[in-house]
Amino acid sequence: MAEFWSGFLLPLIIMVLQILAITVPLLVAVAFMTYAERKIMGAMQMRQGPSIVGPFGLMQPFADGLKLFAKEQILPEGANRIVFYVAPMLTFFLALIAWAVIPFDYGVVLSNINVGVLYLFAISSLGVYGIVMAGWASNSRYAFLGALRSAAQMVSYEVSMGLIIISVLLCVGSLNLTDIVRAQEKVWFCIPLLPMFVMFFISALAETNRAPFDLPEGESELVAGFMVEYSSAPFALFFLGEYANMILMSAMTSILFLGGWLPPLPFAPFTWVPGIVWFALKIAFCLFTYVWVRATVPRYRYDQLMRLGWKVFLPLSLFWVVLTAGVLVTFGWLPK
Amino acid sequence: MAFLDRAARSLFLTELLGGMALTLRYMFKPKVTLNYPYEKGPISSRFRGEHVLRRYASGEERCIACKLCEAVCPALAITIEAEPRDDGSRRTTRYDIDMTKCIYCGLCQEACPVDAVVMGPNFEFSTESREELFYNKQKLLANGDRWEAEIAQNLAAEAPYR
Repeated sequence: MAEFWSGFLLPLIIMVLQILAITVPLLVAVAFMTYAERKIMGAMQMRQGPSIVGPFGLMQPFADGLKLFAKEQILPEGANRIVFYVAPMLTFFLALIAWAVIPFDYGVVLSNINVGVLYLFAISSLGVYGIVMAGWASNSRYAFLGALRSAAQMVSYEVSMGLIIISVLLCVGSLNLTDIVRAQEKVWFCIPLLPMFVMFFISALAETNRAPFDLPEGESELVAGFMVEYSSAPFALFFLGEYANMILMSAMTSILFLGGWLPPLPFAPFTWVPGIVWFALKIAFCLFTYVWVRATVPRYRYDQLMRLGWKVFLPLSLFWVVLTAGVLVTFGWLPK
Repeated sequence: MAFLDRAARSLFLTELLGGMALTLRYMFKPKVTLNYPYEKGPISSRFRGEHVLRRYASGEERCIACKLCEAVCPALAITIEAEPRDDGSRRTTRYDIDMTKCIYCGLCQEACPVDAVVMGPNFEFSTESREELFYNKQKLLANGDRWEAEIAQNLAAEAPYR
């Protein structure tokens, strides 16, 4: 019995508590991200945004969530019942499990695997399945078109994203996310690899289907794209998954280019602040930029999107990988 | 040279950054929101809102059942029935306005010789059922009592132009 307790039950309880310690703040962050987005977009359009529910409208996301879950669930005629309901779950599930490898501070990570970047990349690639399944199972033309667009878009931008990550890996010499952050102790990678940082950020926008790359949803032409037929709780899951993905991509940007939990300057007043706060601030900055871009840029046309992905980002990132490798070899800076 | 210029501009994202700077500047500008149910915008004295039937200061209703408004109404929203009252004056026994038909053209108030039917400043009279929008004489007179102060002020303001 004692062995069962110490060998199985206790680690299980600890693991569940750790998972809760990550997912609960994440979901709260997702809720307030929707609020922040509406507030920021409102301010940029000289409006107030939500201001009625609670002080400054802070309870708005919960009111929205309650509304969504109180709505009727509709299963379209001819829809594939199982796939239709699995798709939002998959999207949500994938957005959450990626957080297992994100280091919040030195040593504060659920599982410190040595191929963290590959894991993150694999999970974000799987994200396309949720959308394709939703589009296919809905038995609707709009949903199907949205899913097709999304699949093509995410695959295209993943290629250049992979190359961008390779150039970071060249500078680090490790796939472990903690090592990647620690390699930035001298200088954050967003400075020597600035073009890569910008391209990574733009690719992340495309990867999370955010404006100006929100063609899979494309309200003006596809109504709501792949989630046309969804309502109530499944829709809420898609919504949560999408925003959790945005936060995940921001975390990835922070880790790869903005020095993760490292303070901006390595001396006194900055080092007093705990690393997790710096990490949260960097994520918040990236998320703000997501919203800022959305408030600024109109949606791309589909051929422009493909052109940007394949004819601009791919050659540019390939060139920078070669350049980075060349510089590292020439000056003997290759990490051991 | 023009090519280089264009290439540099698109490579360094200058247009994009300019746009982003603009939206960021706008973020700190004062907001123009009107918190509608709590704050309301100004309404012209010529505003054509919900209809009312007015009374004289004595409490006698103004309408003399001439049926000019019924005749002029292009949407056929007004229905009037009339007969002489006990004191011999001509009054309506029925004065209905179907607010679902009304197009708010204001011809009824223009046609009225005694300023009895007037379109008041109220525009917040949405209801939960259709039936509540079939106004009868009682409802219209009640409206008149409710909005008399504002309507008298508006009519006085408009008098020089009539």
